[in-house]
Amino acid sequence: MLAVLEYHLVNYRRTWRGSALSSLVLPLLTMLGFGVGVGSYVAGGVDGVSYLDWIVPGLIASTAMQTAIGESTWPVLSAFEWLKTYFAQAAAPLRVADILGGHLAFMLFRVLISAVAFLAIALAFGTLHSWWSPVALIVAMLVGLSVAAPTAAYAATISSDSYLAILLRFAVLPMSLFSGVFFPVESLPVVLRWIAYALPLWHGVDLSRDATLGLDPGWLGLVHAAYLIAWCAAGCWLAHRRYRRRLVI
Amino acid sequence: MASLIRARGLIKRFGDFTAVDGIDVDVRRGEAFGFLGPNGAGKSSTMRMIGCVSPPSGGVLEILGLDPVRDGPAIRAKLGVCPQLDNLDIELTVRENLTTYARFFGIARKVARRRADELLEFVQLTERADSKVEPLSGGMKRRLTIARALVNEPEIVLLDEPTTGLDPQARHLVWERLFRLKQQGVTLVLTTHYMDEAEQLCDRLVVMDGGRIAAEGSPRELIERYSTREVVELRFNAESQEPYASKLEGVGERLEVLPDRVLLYVADGDEAVAEVHRRSLSPASVLVRRSSLEDVFLRLTGRTLVE
Ligand SMILES: Nc1ncnc2c1ncn2[C@@H]1O[C@H](COP(=O)(O)OP(=O)(O)OP(=O)(O)O)[C@@H](O)[C@H]1O
Ligand SMILES: [Mg+2]
Repeated sequence: MLAVLEYHLVNYRRTWRGSALSSLVLPLLTMLGFGVGVGSYVAGGVDGVSYLDWIVPGLIASTAMQTAIGESTWPVLSAFEWLKTYFAQAAAPLRVADILGGHLAFMLFRVLISAVAFLAIALAFGTLHSWWSPVALIVAMLVGLSVAAPTAAYAATISSDSYLAILLRFAVLPMSLFSGVFFPVESLPVVLRWIAYALPLWHGVDLSRDATLGLDPGWLGLVHAAYLIAWCAAGCWLAHRRYRRRLVI
Repeated sequence: MASLIRARGLIKRFGDFTAVDGIDVDVRRGEAFGFLGPNGAGKSSTMRMIGCVSPPSGGVLEILGLDPVRDGPAIRAKLGVCPQLDNLDIELTVRENLTTYARFFGIARKVARRRADELLEFVQLTERADSKVEPLSGGMKRRLTIARALVNEPEIVLLDEPTTGLDPQARHLVWERLFRLKQQGVTLVLTTHYMDEAEQLCDRLVVMDGGRIAAEGSPRELIERYSTREVVELRFNAESQEPYASKLEGVGERLEVLPDRVLLYVADGDEAVAEVHRRSLSPASVLVRRSSLEDVFLRLTGRTLVE
């Protein structure tokens, strides 16, 4: 599994500069756009904190989700359909679990980098309010795996990238909008609120917010963590099944 | 001596379709063993079962004395695989393709780098070591795939149609490298639908058709058993070659009518040609040649190998 991770890192070495830069640019722009721009319209902030401080932890979780989606869609489809690199790996003495696990580990590495970049910039802008803030990195990784694993399973099932567009439109976009990143889920109609509860991102957003604002998550924190872990476990199990079906025929 | 690969009644099904239909195979250490057959014969399906990426649907398969379903990773550690379609990583450099792949076998980085350099030398790609794979020619990619298959110093190398799609010069270069490997004592298992490839490289081969084995032996044995020493190819300027069959009755031991020519299987080609002329037949062209595996295949299946 480590050798597979190493392979993905060697591959990443070619493009790391550009991707590292973009993981800095994105938080910088949001800091300016949402904090200074939108924030000035949201007078009085949300739940007693400034809008920027409130939105940053949500954006960290949401960035983790976006990065994980980016790494588990086209790259996975390509490794099955276009570059066929998974099939080359399957001919080596690796198990399906190594091939999948190594790739997921790389996706989590990417998630971690983008979350660290975001957290560092948030720190520079003074929007972190607790020594618990680094916990947001762990939350980001949980969010990352909870979406990357089921998405990889999905990408292993389809044969054309038009199905990825469906996933982005009908799952990823609503999840980014309705998971309490930009406004509290309580302001949503009940149906949409339950969709937010069902999908993994909201749980990460809430945990992340507690971490950077130094709030006590209480028993709900445990529920969030358990729910994310359940998504991770189910996603990994499903992905392993789908990968097996494709690689061992 | 025990076989490195032993198959008995080996079957591969895809749903209702049987791609490999009960084949018996023994591959011995150090030999070059071939599967010769047309498209869809089941060659790749067999290779993938031997490569332990495709579980058999029935029968017995033993590789290096191990069970491919239970001991897949242990067997694959000792195999080198060159699949029918190159699956090199086109985004990595030539050298990185070898070093990252070596890591999948648990080979130390330093050893991997050294071995990559040696292998690039062996397949004559040293100059391209640091270039991307994408712009390489088909022949170069094939050689790199072969180099990658050797990175773990395998006991058996599986080559699925190693030269299909290559121009003659590139093919000869690949053949020459494979021949060197064979001399080094590496066991080669290859598939092909080129009879010249089979004749050049294989010590022993099976002729495969429709998932079954039609015959087995060395190229020479097969030709002796299933064909005559020489073949006369006659082309008549006519809509159909069929009417000439009766007129050529008895000239050779056997006769095959193809859409564009008639083949006469004879011991002595010149003598047969003389007889054709004695019968006042005037073919547009006459060619006398030695029998090949193509003729063996035609005899066994009633079809030509390459459509
Ligand atoms: N994964 C699969 N699912 C269904 N059918 C398959 C699968 N793989 C192969 N087949 C079928 O099995 C038969 C044998 O295929 P195989 O690839 O083994 O033939 P081959 O001898 O390698 O042919 P070629 O010279 O074209 O490579 C073909 O009819 C093919 O369509
Ligand atoms: Mg094939």
